[in-house]
Amino acid sequence: MSSDTLNNEPAIKTHINSDAGCGQDNTTNNTKISVRDLNFFYGTRQVLFDISLNIYDKKVTAFIGPSGCGKSTFLRTLNRMNDIIEGTRHNGEILIDSKDIYGEKVNLVQLRKKVGMVFQRSNPFPKSIFENVAYGPRIHGIKNKGELENIVEKSLKNAGLWAEVKDRLTSNALALSGGQQQRLCIARALAIDPEILLMDEPASALDPKSTTRVEDLISELKENYTIVIVTHSMQQAARVSDYTAFFYEGDLVEFDVTKKIFTMPAKKQTEDYITGRFG
Amino acid sequence: MSVMWKEKSIKIFFTGAATTSIVVVGLIFLFLGKEAAPFLFSENIVKLFGTEWVPVSFEKEQFGMLPLITGSFLVTFLAILFAVPFGVLSAVYLSEIANKTEQEMLKPLIELLAGIPSVVIGFFGIIALSPILKNTFGLESGLNALNGAILLALMATPTIITISDDAIRSVPSSYKQASIALGGSKLQTIWRVVVPDALSGIIAAVMLGIGRVIGETMTVLMVTGNAAIITASPFDSVRTMTATIAAEMGEVAFGSDHYRVLFCVGIILLLITFGLNMIAQKVLRRRSV
Repeated sequence: MSSDTLNNEPAIKTHINSDAGCGQDNTTNNTKISVRDLNFFYGTRQVLFDISLNIYDKKVTAFIGPSGCGKSTFLRTLNRMNDIIEGTRHNGEILIDSKDIYGEKVNLVQLRKKVGMVFQRSNPFPKSIFENVAYGPRIHGIKNKGELENIVEKSLKNAGLWAEVKDRLTSNALALSGGQQQRLCIARALAIDPEILLMDEPASALDPKSTTRVEDLISELKENYTIVIVTHSMQQAARVSDYTAFFYEGDLVEFDVTKKIFTMPAKKQTEDYITGRFG
Repeated sequence: MSVMWKEKSIKIFFTGAATTSIVVVGLIFLFLGKEAAPFLFSENIVKLFGTEWVPVSFEKEQFGMLPLITGSFLVTFLAILFAVPFGVLSAVYLSEIANKTEQEMLKPLIELLAGIPSVVIGFFGIIALSPILKNTFGLESGLNALNGAILLALMATPTIITISDDAIRSVPSSYKQASIALGGSKLQTIWRVVVPDALSGIIAAVMLGIGRVIGETMTVLMVTGNAAIITASPFDSVRTMTATIAAEMGEVAFGSDHYRVLFCVGIILLLITFGLNMIAQKVLRRRSV
């Protein structure tokens, strides 16, 4: 791949750009996740090349790019979900709160408690609504019924689902509509009180109305969570994110403030993708 | 015209092949019923509920089926007690924990176990297992219910493993991913998500395993000691329904009461296995809906 040199720069430039009157909020950006020179392999096939970027605390960062560009793989390195696939390996480092998550002493359970994930297709367990949300707290050792009830209620409220399901918490989650199921999955992820929320195309299987709800929800959630979202829809990236990273064939082509990416992209490739010339 | 005939004859041929097995099952029921009926529909039927099985006697023949039924149930119960945890845990290991190489090695071996003739397993029971049981528990004989149960467990395990394995594999990986992404460990994921979702398949596997165990004949005939007594002790010899039929049918006087009672035993056996299979099929089907 030719773009080794492309990757490192934009990530570092971001700070400067974001202050350059792009209309972003003026609060200082604290780096929550810092990725340095990440290469990732499925067996012998390399799918990510020298990725370096910073993801900022309590901001929404969107990963865009054509199918197979590595954006989902990259997302899944952030909570080490790729670990469950045999034959994957990587080099480079990923720091969350300045700690290397691939370090030797890392507790995967703690990592995934801190970094929640919502999947592309909603995947509630075939259990009741209550049990779905209570699953995470339960496996982390909370047994007290009252405490669980509080967590479930709070999580469902945060996911904007409480009003719709509060009278039928015991009914099966699979009976909910697609949009409700996805918000239930978000509630389930919130129930373990994560700091970071990874979302892998969370609205791609939803109708427009449900998509709007999920997008609104993302905007609300960024008050308290650092959100990383992979999306196919550039409109979605433009609507919900503060920062956007454009991936192409395993390279991070450009990373910058969303507004800048969509108005004045630095790279021709980014511009071509955004204007729909390929992808 | 000839093409139409060809089509028709082929259709008849296939329909015939498909119906044959159903017809055969029907005929078996019919035949069993026909041979048992003269005894079943006479006042002698009360003899079946007796507690002693002495089919050949100079004084008074006893046809109490209770010792045979309890014998079958004792052996089956013990066998299932061993086979279910063993089989289900093996299936979980095979589908969720073992790596590819282990899977490729274990699967054929398990299938091989299913293919061992029951007489060979019975032989193994007499020669190898019996002395071990005898010495370990200080018994007079190693030919008892426990011996039969251990061997039957061995024979039911492949069925339980194979079908449970299928059920566990069909649990959507998205459930597992969701659990792992929530910080669930592998074991938590298995016990809280995978096994509950595969439960109906596992239950069906157990049912079919029981069906296999209760219908097995040669092994139990060889190793359970064949004493028709009512007992709950695994160290006693027992006589199962299947072993009774196999041992006595060859020498019974045609048309005698004894002959007809053996058919009654056969009917009960058939009803039990038939019922178990029906339940298993029902449970399996409910899963696929």
